[in-house]
Amino acid sequence: MAKELWKGNEAIAEAAIKAGCRFFFGYPITPQNEIPEYMSLRLPQVGGCFLQAESEVAAINMVYGAAGAGARVMTSSSSPGISLKQEGITYIAGAELPCVIVNIVRGGPGLGGIQPAQSDYFQATKGGGHGDYHLVVLAPDSIQEAVNLVQEAFDIADQYRNPVMILGDGMIGQMMEPVEFTEVKRRQLPEKTWATTGLRGRKEHNIINSLFIDPAACEQHNLKIFEKYAQIEKNEIKVEEYNLEGAEIVFAAYGTVARIVKNAIKALEKDGIKAGLIRPITLWPFPKANFLKAAEMPSVKAFLSVEMSMGQMVEDVELSVKGKKPVYFYGRTGGMVPTPKAIVEEAKKILGGAK
Amino acid sequence: MAVVFEKTKGLTDKPTHYCPGCTHGIIHRLVAESLEELGLLDKAVGVAPVGCSVFAYDYFSCDMQEAAHGRAPACATGIKRVHPDSAVFTYQGDGDLASIGTAEIVHAAMRGEKITTIFVNNAIYGMTGGQMAPTTLVGQKATTAPLGRDADHAGMPIRMSEMLATIPKAVFIERVSVHDVPNIIKAKKAIKKAFEIQMKGLGFTMVEVLSTCPTNWGKTPIEALKWLKENMIPYYPIQNFRTPEEVK
Amino acid sequence: MAGKVTFDENRCKGCELCTTACPTKIVIMDKDRINIKGYHPATVKEMDKCIACGSCARICPDVVIKVEKL
Repeated sequence: MAKELWKGNEAIAEAAIKAGCRFFFGYPITPQNEIPEYMSLRLPQVGGCFLQAESEVAAINMVYGAAGAGARVMTSSSSPGISLKQEGITYIAGAELPCVIVNIVRGGPGLGGIQPAQSDYFQATKGGGHGDYHLVVLAPDSIQEAVNLVQEAFDIADQYRNPVMILGDGMIGQMMEPVEFTEVKRRQLPEKTWATTGLRGRKEHNIINSLFIDPAACEQHNLKIFEKYAQIEKNEIKVEEYNLEGAEIVFAAYGTVARIVKNAIKALEKDGIKAGLIRPITLWPFPKANFLKAAEMPSVKAFLSVEMSMGQMVEDVELSVKGKKPVYFYGRTGGMVPTPKAIVEEAKKILGGAK
Repeated sequence: MAVVFEKTKGLTDKPTHYCPGCTHGIIHRLVAESLEELGLLDKAVGVAPVGCSVFAYDYFSCDMQEAAHGRAPACATGIKRVHPDSAVFTYQGDGDLASIGTAEIVHAAMRGEKITTIFVNNAIYGMTGGQMAPTTLVGQKATTAPLGRDADHAGMPIRMSEMLATIPKAVFIERVSVHDVPNIIKAKKAIKKAFEIQMKGLGFTMVEVLSTCPTNWGKTPIEALKWLKENMIPYYPIQNFRTPEEVK
Repeated sequence: MAGKVTFDENRCKGCELCTTACPTKIVIMDKDRINIKGYHPATVKEMDKCIACGSCARICPDVVIKVEKL
């Protein structure tokens, strides 16, 4: 397949279809609208079903039903809509259902704006709904990576029977970039014998449920789910280390901001300053070890987390670094995008101060 | 000895947790019998709400899903769209359907989802201990309407069947009651018909079943049947509101 | 005796609804005994008057009653 120019939202939708997603329930909200729009045209062409729900709340609960019935199902939205879906998401995690949820993040809080942002990091990684649970959160920095991650997301969701979130931002959704739909390696996955397909001769009835009225049973259920999370933390971390060799300052950045940071790194090099980047691709599970290892590098004087928010991932960087080196933050938010120049100045300020 | 009446295979052996005399148990039986008699048990998928019937997934012997409060119609939409040949039903109380889940039931009806909703109206929140519901009658006492529902303060009870009957694809809407045997027999007929219409793919079907709540009405089970007849039926008339032409 | 009713006694919650439905008024609560739940279970003493109409079974919320016809 040759490279083609794709708009991010549409590429994400096509990638889902390539991964065998045949059900999509969504609701209009900028800047993710092209995902449901694209699905409304394409899904019927592949024998699938697209429905525009009456609300994001209804949409996520349709996902719950379809996932519980054994289908590969996806929904997408943007920040405010993702907030509406939180209850449904914790039900999906509690009932151990696989699905993919795409958040094309926009400026917040409240109605916020429609420009790109990363201010949903906490909601995505610390759990926006109630109870102990996690989403696997994948943060692409390009449309090609988004296409690959979306396809893998369905396998991760099925393998661990857990919701997986693709955390993009307005740029990922709205940009057009060359993309190649390569054959993504498929995982060996068990049959969904637990799904509510109707008995169809089966002896025991299947129940999709997250209610455990007996506290002991509820705790056991939590422990069982957290065994899964331990496996995910062990096997599913994805991270990119860039230019760390001899770095004096290590940036932490994900998604499109990581690409801006790489330009800042090149600019700093010209000024004789060696800078590196650790780019988490899975925001949960977070690549703690990579940050700790970098913190133990003698050359590294400080970390600088750059985000399109008021500072959220910076906390995970600090937790990972365990105080071994100072961790700073620089960010723009509300839809403003940081520039390489500003990032370079911030780094110099920190290193100037740190010398 | 010919068997005139025995327990349907549509129910599991699990004893229900419902209060003595609560008519949820009767309604469960009518749904289960209808599925068994129509040969649908093998491909039925039910959706339990949040409310007294939250444990319905343990009582129906077919595949079941437990939905978030008010979201059963959306959950059922997802299931039916994945398995269009299955018999999908939601079993919901009045808090679930007529309060938090109003948008979901209206839009499932608007889309003409080929599902059957069993809407149990007992004019109160049962599981949580007797709060006022959208269906609580004017003057009826509840833990959040201690002096009785005041229409000027909290409005008038909502008639869901009449409301949903205005929606084109809500092809079968009927209100029934289970306060005595003749009505129980009629209720069964309506529930069975709703499933038949669903399987014909004609559109959205709903049966609203007036039901009792002895505990939170503060009445004995027998008094509760009487109260339902004398107070609920005048405001919620027992009637068919919609029947598809093809079935008339 | 046209009919015979049997009670799965330990599932009875003593709600008494069945006693209101029996046309021959033979379904009563057995005040001499309590079941495993501590309720007086429903019972029929004068089985010969049972006409196997099934009304008691139809109004029972806990599907306690089985009805057979001779």
